[in-house]
Amino acid sequence: MNTGKPMGHTAQAQSPDESDKQKSPKASRLDRNTRAKLGQQLRAVYDEVVSQGVPSRFTELLNGLNNEGKQNAH
Amino acid sequence: MRIDDSVRQEILGAVPGLRAFAISLCGNVDRADDLVQEALLRALANIHSFQPGTNMSAWLFTILRNHFRSEYRKRRREVEDADGHYAESLTSHPEQHGQLELTEFRESLSKLPEEQREALILVGASGFSYEEAAEICGCAIGTVKSRVNRARTRLAELMSIQGVDDFGPDHETRAVLIGSRRG
Repeated sequence: MNTGKPMGHTAQAQSPDESDKQKSPKASRLDRNTRAKLGQQLRAVYDEVVSQGVPSRFTELLNGLNNEGKQNAH
Repeated sequence: MRIDDSVRQEILGAVPGLRAFAISLCGNVDRADDLVQEALLRALANIHSFQPGTNMSAWLFTILRNHFRSEYRKRRREVEDADGHYAESLTSHPEQHGQLELTEFRESLSKLPEEQREALILVGASGFSYEEAAEICGCAIGTVKSRVNRARTRLAELMSIQGVDDFGPDHETRAVLIGSRRG
């Protein structure tokens, strides 16, 4: 059951990674161009895979299950 | 097993993104596809626990990530090699424009700590909100934000360090210098 997480609560202030934030003061120093370029390259790497679409093994997997289901249902 | 056509379409629609995420986790296309397959089988076996109307993609990403954490990480460590298997397995068109830069980026990405890499991918490429990414990773929103920030910073460091050696930002500087000498 998914009860959902309360929105806007502040528990994340106690997250275990919070201390690491202090070790990385440079995080906010990245300028807009650097961030934009990193984002662009990240999406290019990701989209290269996404653009390959759905390999047949996965369509076959899902279609196969459905056909089985249909046969069983009749 | 019978699944509705709409559910099937939703699952298939999530597959390209699941593969991209899996490759970033495994560092290898074949292993990533096996991971996706196993995650899909798990999802289908538990399809009754999916609540229609909620985010199918986030649900599948969560299953895939958890499966990777419980099963694959151990296997990966056993076969991981230090010199760019990740990049090799993906670079199918080295002649393509911009491919060298992307190869360099992939290598840098693969050097990030796993938790930072997954947070960055989920938020920066998969298009999940910080809140969704936090649910997928089972952590607080602030933790995701912090990981994404550290990932960006580390990537910027790695990219500029590599650039000094060959063709990064310095390449442009050199081009400018050569150009000015001619003129």
